[in-house]
Amino acid sequence: MSAVEHPEPRRDIREHFGFLRRSYAMLIKEFIQLRRDRVSFAMIVMLPVMQLTLFGYAINTTPHHLPSAVLLQEDSDLARSVLKALENTKYFRFLYEVHDVDDFDNLLKSGKVLFGVEIPRGFERAVRRGDRPALLVAADATDPVAASAALGSLGMVVQTALAHDLYIGGPPEMPFEIRAHARYNPAANSSLNIVPGLVGTILTMTMLIFTALSVTREVERGTMESLLSMPIKPVEVMFGKIVPYVLVGFLQAFLIIGIGVGLFGVPVLGNLVLLALLSTLFITTNLSIGYTISTLVQNQLQAMQMSMMFFLPSILLSGFMFPFAGMPAWAQYLGECLPLTHYLRIVRAIMLKGATMENLRFDTLALAGLMLLAMTVAVTRFRRTLD
Amino acid sequence: MSNGNGIAIDVKGLSKSFGGREVVHDLSMQVKRGSIYGFLGPNGSGKTTTIRILCGLLTPDSGEGTCLGYDIRRDAEKIKRQVGYMTQRFSLYQDLSVRENLEFVARLYGLTDARGAARDMIRRLGLSGREEQLAGELSGGWKQRLALGACTLPNPQLLLLDEPTAGVDPKARRDFWNEIHSLAAEGLTVLVSTHYMDEAERCHEIAYIAYGYLLAHGTVEEVIAKSALTTYTVTGEDLNELGAALTGKPGIDMVAPFGTSLHVSGRNVPALEASIAPWREKSGLNWQKSSPSLEDVFIELMARSKDNFQ
Repeated sequence: MSAVEHPEPRRDIREHFGFLRRSYAMLIKEFIQLRRDRVSFAMIVMLPVMQLTLFGYAINTTPHHLPSAVLLQEDSDLARSVLKALENTKYFRFLYEVHDVDDFDNLLKSGKVLFGVEIPRGFERAVRRGDRPALLVAADATDPVAASAALGSLGMVVQTALAHDLYIGGPPEMPFEIRAHARYNPAANSSLNIVPGLVGTILTMTMLIFTALSVTREVERGTMESLLSMPIKPVEVMFGKIVPYVLVGFLQAFLIIGIGVGLFGVPVLGNLVLLALLSTLFITTNLSIGYTISTLVQNQLQAMQMSMMFFLPSILLSGFMFPFAGMPAWAQYLGECLPLTHYLRIVRAIMLKGATMENLRFDTLALAGLMLLAMTVAVTRFRRTLD
Repeated sequence: MSNGNGIAIDVKGLSKSFGGREVVHDLSMQVKRGSIYGFLGPNGSGKTTTIRILCGLLTPDSGEGTCLGYDIRRDAEKIKRQVGYMTQRFSLYQDLSVRENLEFVARLYGLTDARGAARDMIRRLGLSGREEQLAGELSGGWKQRLALGACTLPNPQLLLLDEPTAGVDPKARRDFWNEIHSLAAEGLTVLVSTHYMDEAERCHEIAYIAYGYLLAHGTVEEVIAKSALTTYTVTGEDLNELGAALTGKPGIDMVAPFGTSLHVSGRNVPALEASIAPWREKSGLNWQKSSPSLEDVFIELMARSKDNFQ
């Protein structure tokens, strides 16, 4: 065994490369371990594909053919044309026609229908007299998302239907005009909104868990003791553990966006390179947060719990599920602290609106800031000893 | 080599507590360069904690000292470069192959040719043909060899081995010790903790630690001499009854069965001889005065320290 002796002057230069060299050693090790863990490796590909196809098709915030009932208290032509008009919107599908108020209430209460339309006795006559009779539409608002779109369409539909029936010939000019203008997604197609959102959500989940378990796993398997006795610095451990997963995340983002474009026809109006760059930033931010979790907890179960504690608000407060602007101010501030919030704006803006770096400066800086914060916490929290 | 003096480890007054319980108490020791230093003591005596303090994995609550000339408090990073630490529990990556584990260590220490160094070590360990096997699939003996190989790979000056042969078969144990002796012959300092008496006798110097206290140290002969123990070895029939009858008699510090014989030891020779006198002439019993074995000394030390510290 020959003792390796380094002449003193070369030592500083070697030290410089030492950082890269030791990070590289760690990185290679992580890669091999990842490759050997076949289930995890398969999940990297399966998770985004499964989730995207499943949710992309399943989640629809403008539902059609909602089961409805009608309480018909008079059988007039006008009543029939109102119902026909409602059915023509495709929002409603009339499954039941009842004549009794109790039956009507029970249908709603039991959840057999989500909507009920009540046409009161003497409806047609009152309309012709100009009495502006009430047309009651009862909606099961326990699911407000499902109800709101359909309710929104009611006013115009009914007005048009009445106009047709009341006047012979062409419909008269309306006293006012309602013009709905849905920008970026005129067809109110959910998947245009959902797919970019899913890119962020899936990446958050997988990236977070990959690194959240990384340090605790070494502690639980006993390999940390060996690792700490070797001359490696906390920053080097962190880089070695994060870099392989940046590539994994990039692969996932590529898959999701590819499927989104190919299967769901989501456009990418902006610059693809910019999208790739900012996605990498988002991936690294999430990996850093996962890694920070890993340095805070004692075992893998805690790591999973803490990841979920971070993941759930990410979904609910980021604007993925519910409109960001609709939340109270404090919740919006909380939302601004979540990387997903910023990435959702970035990815939606680039894919759907063709935004450029100019438009996204704030969100990019926010992501970078969160990443540096997480990394700093992780490096200072990383225990160099077993104390 | 950064400092020329002949001392590899020189620590004074090390103490360490966990949750209010003192695990290492005022421990001082010196280990000569190039020697094999045996660390003995019952489970939970503070051996592992001391080794971890020496390689910078734990910070002592009090005490100071140097390891290879570096301050154990301030220069932990420098010490790590020169020290190979083999943990009690196998702590290489079970899901990495033999070769990958060795290459990882070689890269981490910045060996210029990591692959070459790993290849040479595989040959030296006699693991050729198993280099692609996952470390987790190796047998206990091979795991120990691999772990030793991994911690000697970066050419350390000091090896800290924490119960390296626990649960390994005698043949593998013998090979392991031959390897340690040849490493020491090359100038490496080895500190090794063990439970086995035969291994203690293969060390140049030993230290006995119990309940956090360093109770005895020196060469095996010195430790035995310092114990001032006189031992009678009895062979014959009904040794169990004899043992029961002698235990606790004045001058008798320890009665311990050893295979087919009984060891009766004490420090106060006249009192000891007075107490055993009634049985000396009994037929069927053969008494012989002998020097105590290392095991007698340790069992007696442990029994005594138990009274003092617990």
